[in-house]
Amino acid sequence: MNLVPLVYFIALASIMFILGVLGVLLRRNALVIFMSLELMFNAANLSFVAFGRFYQIIDGQLFVFFVMTVAAAEVAVGLALIVAIYRSRGSIDVDNMNVLKG
Amino acid sequence: MIIGGIVFVIIAIIAIGSALGMLLSRNTVYAALFLIINFVTISTLYFILGAPFIALAQITIYAGSIMVLFLFVIMLLGTEKLPRSKAMPWQKPLAIGLSCLLLIESGVLIYQQALRPSGWPALVESVTSPSDIGLALFSQYLLPFEITSVILLAAVVGAIYLTRPERIRRKSGTDERSEP
Repeated sequence: MNLVPLVYFIALASIMFILGVLGVLLRRNALVIFMSLELMFNAANLSFVAFGRFYQIIDGQLFVFFVMTVAAAEVAVGLALIVAIYRSRGSIDVDNMNVLKG
Repeated sequence: MIIGGIVFVIIAIIAIGSALGMLLSRNTVYAALFLIINFVTISTLYFILGAPFIALAQITIYAGSIMVLFLFVIMLLGTEKLPRSKAMPWQKPLAIGLSCLLLIESGVLIYQQALRPSGWPALVESVTSPSDIGLALFSQYLLPFEITSVILLAAVVGAIYLTRPERIRRKSGTDERSEP
């Protein structure tokens, strides 16, 4: 069961990362851009765990744990910012977020 | 090898398909649900890689709390659907072209590394138990762990400050000005 080579995991992680990049570049909805960011975090986490597993070190999993907590903090602040922007601007389209003044 | 490969390919197809579904769906709620499917498939990959703690943390933190937060905000704002905007028509082909370039580049790098005889490390059967992670977290990684707690506290305070109603914020602002 556990004999899948490391190349497969790295290839899957890179494809998922590129899909996340495409989501950030193509979509105009701020919430979907945040979700694509989460997808990129996940791709990086997957390669962390895969490399840590194949090199027999535990540090990969600990880094994934820290990435998860920082991602949770980032999502909390980011969604609060989106809610604040929606209150002042009435839209979460990133094309409309072109002025700094609230 | 063959059974493991088939299982991996099925999981990878589900993961990539759900990521594509998130990317292409016009409704934000559907995008969030596709992303939850993706997180769960990635957590099964963590189980295959012998990391049960990270797999369960993935399900509880990502699929459990972060996506619930996303769904709450989507339904709070009522912005399930956005009208298509035609602000920058040159952006879409440029983004797709550059992403294809990145895909080709990473594919070439991975292929070159796979061709090398000693390029990838050999596989050893092992499962990392959660107690090992706990020991490393509270001995070697104690300082980053504490810093993470400070980051979480700052994020909570910042989120509460940002989403306060405008009325209260203005009142507290005038209070601060009138105090001295």
